[in-house]
Amino acid sequence: MNNLIKGEKHDWEMVIGLEIHAQVKSNSKLFSSSSTKFGSSPNSQVSLVDAAMPGMLPVINKYCVEQAVKTGVGLNAKINNYSVFDRKNYFYADLPQGYQISQYKYPIVGEGKVTIDFKDGTSKDIRIVRLHLEQDAGKSLHDQNPSKTYVDLNRSGVALMEIVSEPDIRTPDEAGMYISKIRSILMYLDTCDGNMQEGSLRADVNISVRKPGDEYGTRCEIKNLNSIKFIKQAINYEAKRQIEILESGGSIEQNTMLFNTSTGKTRPMRNKEEAHDYRYFPDPDLLPLEISKEEIGKIKSSIPELPDELKNKFIETYKLSNYDASVLTAEKQTSDYFNETIYSDSELKNHAKIVVNWITSELFSLLNKNNQDLNNSPVSPENLGLLIKLISTNEISGKIAKEVLEDMFSSGKTARQIVDEKGLQQVTDQGEIAKVIDEVITDNPKMVEQYLAGKDKLLGFFVGQAMKLTKGKANPKMLNDILKQKLNKKN
Amino acid sequence: MSKSSLKQTLKDLETKKISIRELNQVYLKRIKEKDNLNVFIHFSEENVLKQMDNLEKDNSAKKLKGIPIAIKDLFCTKSMPTTAASKILENFNPTYESFVTQKLLDEGSIFVGKTNLDEFAMGSATNTSFFGNTINPLSKENEPLAPGGSSGGSAAAVAADLCLGATGTDTGGSIRQPASFCGVVGIKPTYGLCSRWGIAAFASSLDQAGIFSHNVEDASILLQSIAGFDQRDSTSAKVDIPNYFENLDDDLNGKTVGIPKEYSIDGTPMEISQIWEDAIKVLEKKGVKIKNISLPHSKYALPTYYIIAPAEASSNLARYDGVKYGFRSDEIDSLDEMYENTRAQGFGREVKRRILIGTYVLSAGYYDAYYLKAQKVRKLIADDFNKAFKECDFIVTPTAPSAAFPLNEKQNDPIKMYLNDVFTVPASLAGLPGISIPFGKDKNNLPLGIQILGKHFDEQQVFNAAVSLERSYE
Repeated sequence: MNNLIKGEKHDWEMVIGLEIHAQVKSNSKLFSSSSTKFGSSPNSQVSLVDAAMPGMLPVINKYCVEQAVKTGVGLNAKINNYSVFDRKNYFYADLPQGYQISQYKYPIVGEGKVTIDFKDGTSKDIRIVRLHLEQDAGKSLHDQNPSKTYVDLNRSGVALMEIVSEPDIRTPDEAGMYISKIRSILMYLDTCDGNMQEGSLRADVNISVRKPGDEYGTRCEIKNLNSIKFIKQAINYEAKRQIEILESGGSIEQNTMLFNTSTGKTRPMRNKEEAHDYRYFPDPDLLPLEISKEEIGKIKSSIPELPDELKNKFIETYKLSNYDASVLTAEKQTSDYFNETIYSDSELKNHAKIVVNWITSELFSLLNKNNQDLNNSPVSPENLGLLIKLISTNEISGKIAKEVLEDMFSSGKTARQIVDEKGLQQVTDQGEIAKVIDEVITDNPKMVEQYLAGKDKLLGFFVGQAMKLTKGKANPKMLNDILKQKLNKKN
Repeated sequence: MSKSSLKQTLKDLETKKISIRELNQVYLKRIKEKDNLNVFIHFSEENVLKQMDNLEKDNSAKKLKGIPIAIKDLFCTKSMPTTAASKILENFNPTYESFVTQKLLDEGSIFVGKTNLDEFAMGSATNTSFFGNTINPLSKENEPLAPGGSSGGSAAAVAADLCLGATGTDTGGSIRQPASFCGVVGIKPTYGLCSRWGIAAFASSLDQAGIFSHNVEDASILLQSIAGFDQRDSTSAKVDIPNYFENLDDDLNGKTVGIPKEYSIDGTPMEISQIWEDAIKVLEKKGVKIKNISLPHSKYALPTYYIIAPAEASSNLARYDGVKYGFRSDEIDSLDEMYENTRAQGFGREVKRRILIGTYVLSAGYYDAYYLKAQKVRKLIADDFNKAFKECDFIVTPTAPSAAFPLNEKQNDPIKMYLNDVFTVPASLAGLPGISIPFGKDKNNLPLGIQILGKHFDEQQVFNAAVSLERSYE
């Protein structure tokens, strides 16, 4: 695989690491009992603690801790029995305490790894450095009034997991696959809702470029990207920018960058000299977090099947390819749908590959076209299973089945209903097919002559004519066989 | 003693010798007479009368029903503003009641007012308050004395008999030192005994609420009322609170007192060394074994404290930014300017000094040399005590290196001011309980204090030793 990008002068390699901020799925905040519901009216979910009133103290939300441990297990990572909450000090209007409670030296989760799968069947491990818990800040609203900034503290104190990767990523696609994989794991675990639009999952991207084999170059950090598309765009733009500077003899300044989603460009937010000194120190209001082996064990045992386990199970049970299985397990709803379909009829497990294709290509494209989600697909797994059963038993052809699926999608009817109503059963009666072929041969004597003179391509013409007469219902294989037989007899 | 004690007053109320109204009228009158001492930041007669009215309608039995108590203005209270003696909280009215004051309200006590303190409890003379100095009630007319600090208003309120008890907070000596200066009893319990919930924070790992009272018995009654576990404070301890008062036992026969040699500091006035010796002699007479102990890291306590406390303060006080509540400067052209001007105008000199020190010691490149090292030394100091307490039941030392000093002395010499905490700070760093009781006078007839330190959560032993010394002195 060649991951290099061409510069004016030579080839370059990107070195990318991601810091993913995932909002912990929890009804209440990390250190207060306020609700975390998204989209509530401003400052309606703010406790005295969230607003940093004098004398207010944080109390750890145990559920958020369990969620972080769960996530750590899902990332194949080391869970630390001892971790410490630190204060990260800086001033901002939407940071009421004047510090963010985070974990610095002793995070709750240590080294781990996730695997990403490529189309060509290969895969790659991305190492995780750590996962730590921290508070989210509030929101500054600059666009409500020309001369004022308003502050909404609903988000203030909401629990985040920061998942930091090693700089193991080499292309924008890998970055996209990595964040998709993390998102998938979080959603399987139900520790984050994965909603990137609502900001439940966002990432900071660290990127540098180097000539292959060289040491790491100076990196820049692009802050707060909330879609995979933007992540890829930002990486591409930033890599190009850095390469241009380096190739024209310049050097990279270690900057923190912002990505403008409308121009597709990055611009510096602050440089190294302007970087904050966060004056981290252990939060004296909180005791170190200690989790016993027993507690970790209990959480581990509560963990559902994760995408990679499921993927391997699918490969083994249904003899699917690595890539098919990874597509199927990328989202929990997809693997759930697949499972439900397969289990709807005992025969279907022998046609798993067909089931995968019908879900990931036919059904997905219909859903996409109609802007719908698999979770509320008008075609239920049972009904899709029924349709596939009709194909596998040769009752209808694949081509007809596509039509039937579209009908199912819009009308909500079952495949059986549609096939019966429209009389779409495949014609498998040899005599009937032979009759139609005879008709075609009789009606097209000139074509037959040309075919017999060696114009083999005309076979398709006869097939088409015969299909037309049977309204596409003739069993294609039988049609082909009989047609060849009859034409060759003429010879 | 001419002042009525809490214990006696509770009896008088019970036997209807006096009514809640009569009792509080006496205190109200005195508070108004002693207005010149500047003990209270907030005092409202109307508010006191209202509390009396409500209590009269309340038929339930309550342990402190009708008892006038003064509250240090660092405790957030719903019925009265809370300023922390700072301009930055000048007009702040909490919508919530601190754990400690809520406990006192639940017991039926009456809050006579909010007492003056050093701004955010940073000081040793109650002279850094935005609301002016408090004057030590023991001052001669032409020479006003400092009441000590930071809880100087509460100590003075008890000393001037404006209440039957007062709350304080102690971070490095803020209860014990003013108790010593004002000739009253002041106890700082074990760190974690009383919830910090609702107390404006100075240094979270050191701040602890406590009590001022006329005598040890009263302190034992009041401390029991404010102690207890609180799930809203993660550092609050889950321990059973004994009935300190019922368990008071002045028989110390067979106990061992530790006398730390490191507390004999050059330049300590003779009178202080004298009362310390006197106290030891009294204990010896009572059958207490005298044990010379060593707390070798004590000499590092003061610098350690003046790194850790400001570090925590610099972060704790970041929330006073003019955004959400409290004072905001008018001169604002940008967010940064809002912070700068609000905090420059809203905080006083001492608070700013400590924020600067704290910010410095936490800064990249200095953290290891200062903060981290200070934490290590703090551990050594605590270990010293743990070791010493294997050999003794309690420790006796002087409370402060001097009697009350004139109001304006040391004003411009922060180091001299910080030295006031030299005997109180080690126990604060170790989280140990300590009490100061009046024990003797200096040549100017000003009271001097003896400090008794105990093991973690062994307040009972501290009270027992204190009551024993107190009774022998009377």
